[in-house]
Amino acid sequence: MEKFESLIALAAPLLRPNIDTDTIIPMELLLTVERKNLGPHALTPLRYAKDGTENPDFVLNRPGYRGARILIAGVNFGCGSSREPAVWALWAAGIRCVIAPSFGDIFFNNCFKNGMLPIVLPQSTVEDLAAAALPGSTFRVDLSTCVITTPAGRRVQFEVDPANREALLTGLDEIGMTLQQDATIAAFERNDRQRRPWIHL
Amino acid sequence: MPGRTLFDKVWDEHVVGEPAPGVSLLYVDRHLLHDLSGARGLREVQERGLGVRNPALTFATPDHTVSSAPGRNDDTTPRSGQFVRDLRGMCRALGITLFDINDPAQGIVHVIGPELGLTLPGVLLVCGDSHTCTHGGLGALAFGIGSTEVAHVIATQTIRQKKPKRMRVNFEGAMAPGVAAKDLILHLIGRIGAAGGNGHAVEYAGAAIRRMPVEGRMTVCNLSIELGAKIGMVAPDDETYQYLAGRDFAPKGELWDAAVKHWRDLPGDADARFDKDITIDVNAIRPQVTWGTSPEHVVAVDERVPDPGTVSDPDRRKGMEAALDYMDLKPGQPMEGLKVDWVFIGSCTNSRLSDLRAAAAIAEGRKVAEGVHAWIVPGSQAVKRAAEAEGLHQVFRAAGFEWREPGCSMCVAANMEFVPPGMRSVSTSNRNFVGRQGPGARTHLASPAMAAAAAIAGSITDLRKLQG
Ligand code: SF4
Repeated sequence: MEKFESLIALAAPLLRPNIDTDTIIPMELLLTVERKNLGPHALTPLRYAKDGTENPDFVLNRPGYRGARILIAGVNFGCGSSREPAVWALWAAGIRCVIAPSFGDIFFNNCFKNGMLPIVLPQSTVEDLAAAALPGSTFRVDLSTCVITTPAGRRVQFEVDPANREALLTGLDEIGMTLQQDATIAAFERNDRQRRPWIHL
Repeated sequence: MPGRTLFDKVWDEHVVGEPAPGVSLLYVDRHLLHDLSGARGLREVQERGLGVRNPALTFATPDHTVSSAPGRNDDTTPRSGQFVRDLRGMCRALGITLFDINDPAQGIVHVIGPELGLTLPGVLLVCGDSHTCTHGGLGALAFGIGSTEVAHVIATQTIRQKKPKRMRVNFEGAMAPGVAAKDLILHLIGRIGAAGGNGHAVEYAGAAIRRMPVEGRMTVCNLSIELGAKIGMVAPDDETYQYLAGRDFAPKGELWDAAVKHWRDLPGDADARFDKDITIDVNAIRPQVTWGTSPEHVVAVDERVPDPGTVSDPDRRKGMEAALDYMDLKPGQPMEGLKVDWVFIGSCTNSRLSDLRAAAAIAEGRKVAEGVHAWIVPGSQAVKRAAEAEGLHQVFRAAGFEWREPGCSMCVAANMEFVPPGMRSVSTSNRNFVGRQGPGARTHLASPAMAAAAAIAGSITDLRKLQG
């Protein structure tokens, strides 16, 4: 898996609440476009007008926000379906970090499996960061110190669960790690067969 | 030690270890795969030179991409064939039980799990699909996972998870005539918002849940994810055991007795504490219908489209304005009377026998309004057979509904069954997101009886006006 250590990049504010994974990558595109080509299709319903031309008002289409790698988002970002291609599409569009007051639970987990850093901060802090994200200004996000630095030099501390932080910093292979626990899993199964025999078909 | 909730008890039974501080490695009792992501997960594991750790606990069915057209085959939907054949090939190669496209047990993965008795109280069940929370209606700890997690489960029969917080929703009181399980959960989402359950496992309790049949409990749990919670559960009781007794994969004989004894200890202790505890007065709930593009955009059918101008948060206001624009609605417009083009009765939310009965009770002796396309897509082959045995298909056909084959169909339009752009649909599914039923489609979520009433009236209608 890709690692995440730190990032210096443009940040784009997109505070609308409840941006769902169907909006991040619609089903039709998920089914027909290869993973590495999903970038131009991320956030399609917001990014393009009905006729397929770019929506000039959409933040990632505006000068000074194109190429943003940090998204400052509203509550419940990534709610809805479990589709991991939602993370892949944002990744392919260059996004590496999403800052929001809350996330859809499954999307949040999927981020850590794909080298994407989701940061939860109080709504008022997210709004402050969004206000500081003027066109063309860069933020620094450092996972080793858990600090966001705004263009004006304000430092905002954030928290990431230690296991998830470790996974991002080292690019952990979780399947490989769990397979090393095979004897423990087998012992659990033996025991469980006695305890809940109806489970083991 | 403080008392434990239902969720805590089931969680604790599955802890294999703690691979990192705050992270549990949990044993997976049941893993369900479907055509959209199943083959991909299996292939990923195979490419790493790994196998399926426990194929006997893994089950697959094609549901998302299959056509719902009568007489369908793999290729009725051009794109579907590849997904179905991939899943079939991988299941064969790896020894996984597949309920294939026209198998008597095929259906939407969240409909067939419970009806086959694969879903049981206290099991930990996962699936690469967010509506896996549905299975919580039987007291299972069930949640949706992403495809990386799917591969992890295939290879290890375990999953790494952080323990969520606990929330309880007490539905107290009695449901008025014409009010369905769907209305309770939509009302709740309207009250606490689509993010109200973020980071929580929700337990639904209270008199209205205890009196609710198991199928209704599944509908309630199904929309947990639309509340922002990936887990929803109802404590098992005699209603649950009656529902499960004799089902294909449910334990039998002595094993059944032992299981029921075990299950009776699962409900939460009286002194168990929740991080959030909410009580909803069910008596006051009226039939619900969504107006916007988030399930939290919901009102009672006799209400009007809300005015974003009354909302102070500017981003929320802009979100509402965009939703109204997409839905082609004006603030203050009554919901009743909105002209409808499509009606979809189906999906893992509302495609079980009781849902079809509720819709048929409205359809019986009436006609679908001219110009309305109305589809009934049963959730599974078993639901379809049971409904046909009662003659429901004839009721629907006589009224002008199409009676179709089981699958997800127009809930997600992955099988190219779309609501056309700009058309207004009343759907019994769970998501009214932009483009969910097809690009440009305008979706109003409602209960099966409300959807049937909309088909008959040709517009959004208070079903109570059609009841005797
Ligand atoms: S019916 Fe709809 S929500 Fe349910 S599993 Fe299928 S696509 Fe998902």
